[in-house]
Amino acid sequence: MLKINNLHVSVDNKPILNGVSLTIRPGEIHAVMGPNGSGKSTLCNVIMGHPKYQITDGDILFNGKSILELEPHERALMGLFLAFQYPKEISGITLEEFLLAAYRAHQKHSNPDKPPILVFRFKKMLRELMEKFKMDEKFAERYLNHGFSGGEKKKSEILQMAILKPKMAILDETDSGLDVDALKIVCDGINQLQSDKMGALIVTHYHRILKHICPDFVHVLKNGKIVKSGGKEFACKLCKTGYENI
Amino acid sequence: MSNESLIKSQGKKAIFAGLKRETFDHKNQSDYIKRFRKGLTRELVEFISKDKNEPDWMLAHRLRAFDHFNNLPIPTWGPDLSALNFDEICFFAKATDKKGGFKSWEEVPEDIKYTFERLGIPEAERAVLAGVGVQYESEAIYHSLEKELSDMGVIFTDLDIAVHEHPELVKKYFMKCVPPNDHKFAALHGAVWSGGTFLYIPKGVKIPKPLQSYFRMNAMNMGQFEHTLIIVEDGAEGHYIEGCSAPKYGSQALHAGCVEIFVGQGAKFRYSSVENWSRDTYNLNTKRAIIEKDATMEWVGGNMGSGVTMLYPCSILKGDGSKSNHLSIAFANEGQIQDTGAKIIHIGKNTSSRVTMKSISKGGGASIYRGDVKITKAADNAISQVECDALILDPISSSDTIPDMKVDNETATVNHEARVGRLNEEDIFYLTSRGIPKEQAEAMIVNGFINPIVRGLPLEYAVEMNRLIELEMEGSVG
Repeated sequence: MLKINNLHVSVDNKPILNGVSLTIRPGEIHAVMGPNGSGKSTLCNVIMGHPKYQITDGDILFNGKSILELEPHERALMGLFLAFQYPKEISGITLEEFLLAAYRAHQKHSNPDKPPILVFRFKKMLRELMEKFKMDEKFAERYLNHGFSGGEKKKSEILQMAILKPKMAILDETDSGLDVDALKIVCDGINQLQSDKMGALIVTHYHRILKHICPDFVHVLKNGKIVKSGGKEFACKLCKTGYENI
Repeated sequence: MSNESLIKSQGKKAIFAGLKRETFDHKNQSDYIKRFRKGLTRELVEFISKDKNEPDWMLAHRLRAFDHFNNLPIPTWGPDLSALNFDEICFFAKATDKKGGFKSWEEVPEDIKYTFERLGIPEAERAVLAGVGVQYESEAIYHSLEKELSDMGVIFTDLDIAVHEHPELVKKYFMKCVPPNDHKFAALHGAVWSGGTFLYIPKGVKIPKPLQSYFRMNAMNMGQFEHTLIIVEDGAEGHYIEGCSAPKYGSQALHAGCVEIFVGQGAKFRYSSVENWSRDTYNLNTKRAIIEKDATMEWVGGNMGSGVTMLYPCSILKGDGSKSNHLSIAFANEGQIQDTGAKIIHIGKNTSSRVTMKSISKGGGASIYRGDVKITKAADNAISQVECDALILDPISSSDTIPDMKVDNETATVNHEARVGRLNEEDIFYLTSRGIPKEQAEAMIVNGFINPIVRGLPLEYAVEMNRLIELEMEGSVG
């Protein structure tokens, strides 16, 4: 369970989040919507532990423990996952190499006595998932996000999520830059993990992702504060009227 | 991940499990060193030659070189060498009294074997390599060469032995590419050289597997002056690799080796080296190749260790249509100056050269690319392409590019590109957000940066290179 308590965050002494509180239980999907600059991406990055943000007040608890002092990789090993709005391009490291290292890190953390997964088994698993996501298997051997289109990068993020099977996923504008088919594939991937009790925080400023994923709660973030929250019905209403007037 | 790199990550486990920086800095007891005094004199030069029972022409060569050494100045155009004290260096030492090395691994003394075993040499030999010539102190102690190679007429032996067994070849080529009056350290080398490798590949012979030799400096204050002489006859092909790792000591040691490669018409040769001398070493190496018509020379180098490194492999593109390719990595960590680069002289028509340099600076280290490209008057349609990429890992480290180009033919195409990058917080965050610890993430990025060069190395060396980078990255503050 992810619990955010009265979170205040600044960057270079400029306040961005001004008291955000949010609780996400296993298997729940929460959507956070709001205009550009409302602090959505900051919220995502802070949960994952980006070093550039200063937390001036409040706390983030995961499974009852504060994670503020933990390094990003420690948070990941606990089961947090962030699908980036702008995934980084890193040359010299292939997607497969990167994911194998990450997978083995998770394995070592949860089963320290188990030998690391064999490369060919991992390859097979990865290829099967790629097929499901309709990704050319050549992407596995390409450098991480290098020369990937915007949509391919987003798919690659969800592929990584599907491999690492987090307990809680934070999806930062995962729907932007995706065409209709890709959006459906990505949403299917999220829904499947959600049915395995993964909680999710979906950040978006479009409504169209909500046609494929049904959130349990919707929150509107404005000026670093949640100004309104609601259930499924509220989401439907937002789809029609938009959040601009809230 | 490509098949190759997958094997790489697995192979790493097998060979380098439990290997630490101390393994490379480990030293054996060396009491024999007491038998030789420090400093360089005419008597010592004569003694070395006599001890090796050399022919008169070699003694004459040594003495001529010694005269040049006395007359030539210490170069001042590069890193500061003023702390180098020739009187404190031991110029000649032997680890064994047995001449001509050992024919099999079983004959090698235990303490020496131990050092090599810690470095993974026997595995390396079994796995990939066709022949091994290993230098311990100043003399090769171990040699093996597959029979098929000797049947093809290939000679792969200790240069000291070649002086006796193949005098006509050695006399014809020895220090004809790098003359002793080239500079002070070439002269020093010419006077006190000892051991090293002799490789001769006859006309048209193509060696499919890489040949390797491993150098290691082990006695305190001992200079290592090994000489690598490689003759690749017309239409022949081969690949030779040297790896160096020296233990750490409190006072300065000097390495002034020399590599000479003669690449015949239409021949292809690749020379690769991974150098990891201890931090108190001055690594002042001279490597040069003469490349004949339609021949190709490739230099692949990784420089990790040493306090001060000055190394600029040189290609003399003598024949029409000759080509050279220089690929190099330098890693400058705390207290290190990596002054490396390339030197290319275009003489023949339609010659081409390419330099790809990747440097990494960390912990206050300085890496400098020093390049020298000369296009002579006769070199019509020459093409030269130089690319330097620098990665600086923290604010206290530095990188510099000093290219020098002299173009005397207007049909030439010369290009130089330099880029400097820093370790990006966002990239690290991306990798760590997937559960990869920060140190490992940084090492992955650095290994990724040098990957285009490392993947050109044979598997074992690629693994060693990646492992050395990981060792250098340990405890880094990103």
